[in-house]
Amino acid sequence: MTEIHLTGRAASPGLAIGPVTVLTVAVERRGTTGDPAQEAAALKAAIEGATAELAELIEAEQGEAADILEFQVAMLEDDALAEGAFDAISAGTPADQAWRAVLDAEIAGYRSAEDEYFRARTADLVDIRDRVLMRLNGTEKSAAIAGGAIVASGDTSPSIFLAADWRRGGGIVLAAGSSSSHVAMLARARGTPMVVGVGPLSWQGRPPALALVDGDAGTVIFDPEPETRSLFEHRMKAAHAACAVADADRVKPAITADGRRITVLLNIAAPEDLADLDPAICDGIGLVRTEFLFEASLGLPDEETQYGVYRRILDWAEARPVTIRTLDAGGDKPIPGLTIDGESNPFLGLRGIRLSLARPEVFCLQLRALARAAVHGTLKVMLPMVAVPSELDRARELLDAEIAALRAKGIACARPLLGIMVEVPAAALCAEDFDAGFYSIGSNDLAQYTMAAARDIGAVADLNDTGNPAVLALIARTVEAGRARGVEVSLCGDAAADTRLTKALLATGLTTLSVSPLAVARLKATIATVNP
Amino acid sequence: MHDVNASRASKTSVPLTASAVLVNPVGLHARPSVKLTQCAKRFAATIEIALAPEGPWTDAKSPVKVMRVKAPQGAMLYFRVAGPDGKAALAALLALVHDGFGEA
Repeated sequence: MTEIHLTGRAASPGLAIGPVTVLTVAVERRGTTGDPAQEAAALKAAIEGATAELAELIEAEQGEAADILEFQVAMLEDDALAEGAFDAISAGTPADQAWRAVLDAEIAGYRSAEDEYFRARTADLVDIRDRVLMRLNGTEKSAAIAGGAIVASGDTSPSIFLAADWRRGGGIVLAAGSSSSHVAMLARARGTPMVVGVGPLSWQGRPPALALVDGDAGTVIFDPEPETRSLFEHRMKAAHAACAVADADRVKPAITADGRRITVLLNIAAPEDLADLDPAICDGIGLVRTEFLFEASLGLPDEETQYGVYRRILDWAEARPVTIRTLDAGGDKPIPGLTIDGESNPFLGLRGIRLSLARPEVFCLQLRALARAAVHGTLKVMLPMVAVPSELDRARELLDAEIAALRAKGIACARPLLGIMVEVPAAALCAEDFDAGFYSIGSNDLAQYTMAAARDIGAVADLNDTGNPAVLALIARTVEAGRARGVEVSLCGDAAADTRLTKALLATGLTTLSVSPLAVARLKATIATVNP
Repeated sequence: MHDVNASRASKTSVPLTASAVLVNPVGLHARPSVKLTQCAKRFAATIEIALAPEGPWTDAKSPVKVMRVKAPQGAMLYFRVAGPDGKAALAALLALVHDGFGEA
């Protein structure tokens, strides 16, 4: 067998070696058989498969999570759920369309319920719908990704990434994809090497057994010759040794060559990201992405769950400031049962603070949990996708109301500092008009909206550049507004960890950068070399 | 409330009826629905529920249909049971509701 060399774009640094898992693309439409009997059999098999999959999950869960899974199994086992779909199939509708139509109608009934307990079950029904659809489309469950595997796929989703265990190594190779996608962001946060845009993955029916992924150079080698492999393993060993040296320095403060102290904060998605980390490596947490709390397909997290998570993060930080972003759903981060399906352009739609203000019951629950957690440390609350000052004002009124209600009940709470994420050019241009307690620049979306180049479209990836003078000018303007108003300005996008941009970012006047824990050592080493 | 016609029901098709208030905190939602249908399925009798004494009646053995009823907390839940083990079924279901499905 001959080794196959492919070149794409680097999306997450590092080297990985491992067995290959080929994922079929979930969005591929299945070919319909045109035969009602076969379609009915396919749907029956898909429902049974999804039921067995959920029943298997119950084994590992307990308490509320197990109750919900048990509910889902009971629904799937009930013939009443799919009877409309089987009727439509016998009338000639393909299985996937029939199932989707029937479940969407059922879901609409839950979504319109007056009672919030019934509405909250919407996500469980959406999960049932999608599990069966995935089986109809021939996509196996995502949990099939074994630890340490190299995943090769057309493109992939955050939920598939999150379902796999990356602690044992492994990497990602995508035919398409973008280095600015959320999967790439997650891969960088977890230290999983990733290469995107390598072009069509065709193996003439024989998938490769082993792959070498170079997330620094953006290359991948399938089925390497023994000498190629041993050379690669040698490089991996050397890279690990260099990392260990930089890691030893990461507990020291970040100071530029001309003596300026730079505040380095962490970006995290969950308290698990902080496991085994020494808080001394950072000056606090600059971004906690709470939407990942909402992705467990177990319905919306309740107040106690959220409070527990926020408190764990504040406890870890040992009085260092912690900035938690309120739910930033929508755009490329859909949440079943919460975000709007089928918006013509989700990036310009009901996302971030817009969605939160439109669904205040979900938002207020989060604000309540945050206000309660605020007594355990230095908490800042950041609102995403703010475009106009009235959005901040309305959010503040809701926070005020929740705090007043908690106090009236005698429940311990405190007022967190309320600030905004600057990622819409309108907010950057008029930053001084916002009565914000701080500004945090979301450079990914700011670059996307300024350059009109989507983060997830590889063909325009070059335009999506935070180093573009127009984007840097908006950053400088925000820094200036912060200085004039006497409030902190930080930057928490991917650009903060891109050491090629460190000098340009510090030149805008920024003194606070927030990056994933794995990027801290490299960023601090780069900051030490920056001269004005 | 139903003893009068209970013995008749075992020989004829006259159904037994009874009602109880939903005392559990969140009404007849996911977990209570699963418990109710699991309980109902243990019996051969036909078991139906409704939110009003005149119906519409819903098959109590189908979690999908029971969830569609969206019975809130405090609602009066009506039972209609027909079959040889109807009396035992009704007793078991009423006990479950009175007990708040174990979560009151």
